[in-house]
Amino acid sequence: MSEFLRNWLTVAVIGGVGVLLASVFLGLGSLVRPSRDTPQKGMNYESGVDPQGDMWSQANIRYYVFALMFVLFDVEAVFIFPWAARLESYGMFGLVEMAIFIAILALGLFYAWRKRLLRWI
Amino acid sequence: MNTVVTAVELAYWQQTAIRSVAALVAVLIPAGTLVYLYLFKMMSFMQSRLGPMEAGPYGSLQLLAEVGKFLQKEDLIPRAADRVVFKAAPFVVLVSTFLLVLVLPAGPDLWFINVDTGVFLALAVSSISVIGILMAGWGSASKYSLLGGLRAAGQLVAYELPLVLAVIGVVIQAGTLNMQEIVLAQANGEIFGWGAIGNPFVITQFLGFAIFLVAVQAELTQPPFDMPVAESEIVAGYLTEYSGMRFLLFFIAEFATAGIFAALAATLFLGGWYVPGLDPASDLFNLIGPLVLLTKIVLVSFLIFWFRFTYPRFREDQLQQLAWKVLIPLALANIVVTGVLKVVF
Repeated sequence: MSEFLRNWLTVAVIGGVGVLLASVFLGLGSLVRPSRDTPQKGMNYESGVDPQGDMWSQANIRYYVFALMFVLFDVEAVFIFPWAARLESYGMFGLVEMAIFIAILALGLFYAWRKRLLRWI
Repeated sequence: MNTVVTAVELAYWQQTAIRSVAALVAVLIPAGTLVYLYLFKMMSFMQSRLGPMEAGPYGSLQLLAEVGKFLQKEDLIPRAADRVVFKAAPFVVLVSTFLLVLVLPAGPDLWFINVDTGVFLALAVSSISVIGILMAGWGSASKYSLLGGLRAAGQLVAYELPLVLAVIGVVIQAGTLNMQEIVLAQANGEIFGWGAIGNPFVITQFLGFAIFLVAVQAELTQPPFDMPVAESEIVAGYLTEYSGMRFLLFFIAEFATAGIFAALAATLFLGGWYVPGLDPASDLFNLIGPLVLLTKIVLVSFLIFWFRFTYPRFREDQLQQLAWKVLIPLALANIVVTGVLKVVF
């Protein structure tokens, strides 16, 4: 197996170590902890009173716009990383290219700002 | 991994076994150090009290006592909860932490993986924990948890960007995404022809370092960015329904991630395992590298925890505005200025 693939196999193995650690902790706990379930223990916590209504109540997702803008800028970051690593060989050409790219995205941010989308409504 | 015992050439499975143990150490040791040193002791001293004193000398065995306590707690799952999602959430968060530790080099030959996309991988896996937190918030089927989960998602998403953009300045200066080469670039670099201490990027990228630290603070949902677990408003946010061992897993993951983010900041901005005055290729660093890195972790996380214990909580709209109106424009300007300086000089 090549060195490259071995690196990624290591990633999978260490991820497994994480799962293992969590399982060992929970497994150890199940040996010593008590288990006396009552209906009251299975209730949700709502500051001491009985839970009211549906648990998955509708919430106002106010950051919908922020999530959209996050996608925009995250994609931008994907493009900037390879450029940043090779900037020395691109020289002035690469710099001007990326300046235009960043300027367009900054314009998008500025537009959202002026449209008052960046306020937490 | 294997040149501490210089003559021995280890097979892949042996290396992987050592790396697995090393990953456990790298996750748990900084987490334990930070919890005892800062959460138990420094916080207490800053609030004019002693903190834990009973278990062991100066309460140093308090951590073990806490784990023993959590082991004995009953494992409660709300009846209304989505059991699979509820149980899987702490696993997702902890695995995200373990994947994050992978890219950190602790010496010239001490690394978990040596890939050319190191920084990129770290930033990618660090956002997996958002999914775990959303799972915890949704799976608990509790109103407080749901609100906390949504708040956490909104906050982590907003501060992911300054985090990523602040790192790009370092990448431009180092010209590589490989963590090991970033360390070497700082060790062999020079500041305008003066190379006595190399070029730790904290000097030339100070703005990036500051943005990175603020974003890390928010990513860890620590005060002043602890809206998702604001106890006076939504009890404990997405952790409300978690108790006993499952809560401890979230707790371990939070402080392990604090240590690893501090290690990332140390590697990207403070020279990682390198100390000035020595040859970076020297075999000595395979021995002292981890200690140097741990020292730098403790130093960086001192800043993180200092902020944590000092500032009051942000309001939710202030939190979003800080990210979008201050940090992101600053980070973009930082990229452009760094790029111009890199090409011109």
